Amino acid sequence: MKPTNTQDPEYYHKVVDCQYACPAHTPVPEYIRLIAAEKFTEAYMVNWESNVFPGVLGRTCDRPCEPACRRVRVEEEPVAICRLKRVAADNKGDVKKHMPQGPFEPNGKRVALIGGGPASLTVARDLAPLGYEIHLFDEQVAGGGMMRSQIPSFRLPEEVLNEEVNFILDMGIHTQFLTYVSSLKDVMEKGYDAVFVGTGAPKGRDLPKLPGRKEGDKHIHIGIEWLANVAFEHTKAISKKVIVLGGGNTAMDCCRTSRRLGGNQVKVVVRSPFEEMKASPWEKEDALHEDIEIIDNHVPLSFEVENGKLIGMKFQKVKAVYDENGKRQLLPTPEPDVFIESDEVLIAIGQENSFPWIERDLGMEFDQWGMPLVDELTFQSTLPKVFFGGDAAFGPKNVITAVAHGHQAAVSIHLFCEGQDLRNRPSPYTNLVSQKMGIHEWSYDSSVAIDQRYIVPQASKKLTLKDRKKEVELGFDVATAYKETQRCLNCDVQTVFTEDRCIECDACMDVCPTSCITFTVNAEEPDLRQKLLVPAENPEQDLLVSKELKTGRVMVKDEDVCLHCGLCAERCPTSAWDMQKYFYSVTKAHQMQAPLPQIQK
Amino acid sequence: MSYLKPLFRHPKLPKNKLGYTLKEYEGSLSTLCAGCGHDSISAAIVQACFEMSVEPHKVAKISGIGCSSKTPTYFLGNSHGFNSVHGRMPSVATGASMANKDMVYFGVSGDGDSASIGMGQFVHVIRRNLNMVYIVMNNGCYGLTKGQDSATADQGSKSKAGSINPFQAIDLASLAIELGASFVAQSFSGDKQQLVPLIKAAMHHKGFAFLNVVSPCVTFNNNPGSTKSYDYVREHIEATSTLDFVPEMPEIKASYEEGKSTRIALHDGSLIQLNKLETDWDVEDRISAVNALQQARVKNEILTGLIYVNTEWKDLHETLNTYHKPLNRLDESELCPGEQNLQAINEGYR
Repeated sequence: MKPTNTQDPEYYHKVVDCQYACPAHTPVPEYIRLIAAEKFTEAYMVNWESNVFPGVLGRTCDRPCEPACRRVRVEEEPVAICRLKRVAADNKGDVKKHMPQGPFEPNGKRVALIGGGPASLTVARDLAPLGYEIHLFDEQVAGGGMMRSQIPSFRLPEEVLNEEVNFILDMGIHTQFLTYVSSLKDVMEKGYDAVFVGTGAPKGRDLPKLPGRKEGDKHIHIGIEWLANVAFEHTKAISKKVIVLGGGNTAMDCCRTSRRLGGNQVKVVVRSPFEEMKASPWEKEDALHEDIEIIDNHVPLSFEVENGKLIGMKFQKVKAVYDENGKRQLLPTPEPDVFIESDEVLIAIGQENSFPWIERDLGMEFDQWGMPLVDELTFQSTLPKVFFGGDAAFGPKNVITAVAHGHQAAVSIHLFCEGQDLRNRPSPYTNLVSQKMGIHEWSYDSSVAIDQRYIVPQASKKLTLKDRKKEVELGFDVATAYKETQRCLNCDVQTVFTEDRCIECDACMDVCPTSCITFTVNAEEPDLRQKLLVPAENPEQDLLVSKELKTGRVMVKDEDVCLHCGLCAERCPTSAWDMQKYFYSVTKAHQMQAPLPQIQK
Repeated sequence: MSYLKPLFRHPKLPKNKLGYTLKEYEGSLSTLCAGCGHDSISAAIVQACFEMSVEPHKVAKISGIGCSSKTPTYFLGNSHGFNSVHGRMPSVATGASMANKDMVYFGVSGDGDSASIGMGQFVHVIRRNLNMVYIVMNNGCYGLTKGQDSATADQGSKSKAGSINPFQAIDLASLAIELGASFVAQSFSGDKQQLVPLIKAAMHHKGFAFLNVVSPCVTFNNNPGSTKSYDYVREHIEATSTLDFVPEMPEIKASYEEGKSTRIALHDGSLIQLNKLETDWDVEDRISAVNALQQARVKNEILTGLIYVNTEWKDLHETLNTYHKPLNRLDESELCPGEQNLQAINEGYR
């Protein structure tokens, strides 16, 4: 194998599994260490710089970082990254003074943002400090988009959302709420230098062809619309017997909200087997905890209506069968159809994009499913001035993905307004610094805690089911949070190897607790992977390969289960190994100084 | 400084016949200098014991004083250990072996502990052919007292402070052969491929197995001009053979070059498969082995590998015709032969 090019900013980035898996690439270990040091303001700012909504995401994120956590590979359970983020948000001090301070000197350019959700707000935050005049349009009464209309208050208190939305709006954004944009043409004619579309995926899927749909319409609701009505207090109650159709997180929000509005026999009915439901495992757990029955392997057949009143639904029982490619098919079982009684039904079987307000004669190209053609790198549509992001770009995902889109779209808009090539994007902000404090001392806590994942306490069911706005999760207290932070392996503190210093004493190979390091004769990658002390059988994890050493061998380190404990560097007599902290911040239109040197106590 | 090793290990760490991983054979985290050759030898012992599926409680580590003699803390943490008096490891090992002949004995010593203060004990334990593995971690200096030349420092070798050693070195391997050691090998801490099979063979050899392992002192004797530095040893090392240790008697399938491969059967039926790189010397011939060592010395070479082996000489237990059971397993009937036997014995003296 060729020597690894550690100059490539992505090599060390990939070693930080959580950060690499995060769509916005938030420097997770960095803020976890700050939380351990009780520097909550700083921890919040590291988050805010990267993901814009730490308080929201610390409660509601889909957590792509957690399954990626190295801890899963060496132990079992990941670090509770998401809930630690919330600790930073809950305990932060005055963060506003560390954010870009307006008024900003205008640069004479105007940008329209359509939709006030996480993607648009991220674009606003990144562009406002550069002097753009930003106009944000949203049909709701306040900003936040689906974070406001679809995430129930018992998961995300309104104050938390308002605070973080206002951090951005207070940067001098011109907002036009309660304004539904019904024509892109009208917007274009107002002469904006660029337009960003962050309108989400606002259309909930329906079951229009199912018998009884029309007759029972009064008692059948589309999940996301119903959630929005609850959030804006148009809907205040629901019947006792409720069926929720669907197995995603929206279905979980629907059933749990029903429990709080009067539903006492709430059943979730889903087509797929329980294990394969799209909802996050913790959301399912929370639903079960609130006495909600989840009935899997049931396909809806009809709405049953009697005397103009919905009395229940009929379902066919199915079982999942897999072909040799692992593709799933739901086949009917011989068992009789099932009738489930209910007074109201919520349909939460997915949502779609919808662009009735974009005129098709503007020159914007759409694909066969009615989705605009959007460049995956630049987020530019085929109308050069119009950019997309969030669910509106490539279909429904999640908040953190919308934020990541927002950052990239903002970079593109800025390049576009400056008349530069959108594909020639600035490099990420990186920094690699030795953590050496003395002969065997590191500036990070290198010892590896064996504690198992700590559980976040919840408020009593008696209280939370009575009040729709009462937050269920209480968050870690500071003492437990500290213990949880110690489970983090500090994967961003990199093992950096300098060939010329190595005397091949083998000390690092002997001491490495997880047998990551091998000195051996070089070979092609598949062979080399087999030749290591413990064969490197996880192809997703890279090998760090040195140049040829004096004895003709190379040093090979399998990154897979490295604990970043620093023992290789401690036992190295010549400092050929060093522990160096890698800071990586994704390219942004307005790059804040990182890692925030201006915060000094 | 870390003083605890993290408890996590590679989840796919191989297991041996007993179901143990390397972890069960490891000791505490070393407090020796970073890069010390001794740590590599410790790792080789761990590796050898793991691969041989030795039950850790059937091993005893006995040492004297010095950097080398600290190492038993850093390997085989689940085995017995005795850190004895300077140069007196052989006495303690002899006593232990006499009491319990069923254990594997690792004597760990250094050039100071064996070639200076313990020389008297060293020669006599060889003479008695005690069944043990005697490892000298040889760095040619007194590392624990800041690197003065030891008795194995080569004449003309330069110390870190710049002084030249005026004295002849004691060649421990030649001496051991001369005194009648039945297994003599030399190796280098930086060459585990050779060292691990040598340790395995030594453990199976019945009788005194001597391993002289050059082990650079990174702090005091790794400077240019030293003859025990990593660089010097790598440049002057002369591997005489490659060695496989075969614990049982299987068909050996690998083909080796005709005439260069020898099998040596040990007492317990295990085999040493020796693939010689040098043909003009016979590891089972004492004169030939001594000759090879002397010639290497003239050529400034460090001969490594199995130098000499004799499987015919009796070990101490055989010579003394000791009882076949360890003392701690003797029951009352064996310890008290009964009145009849006593009378018979007494009759014999009348």
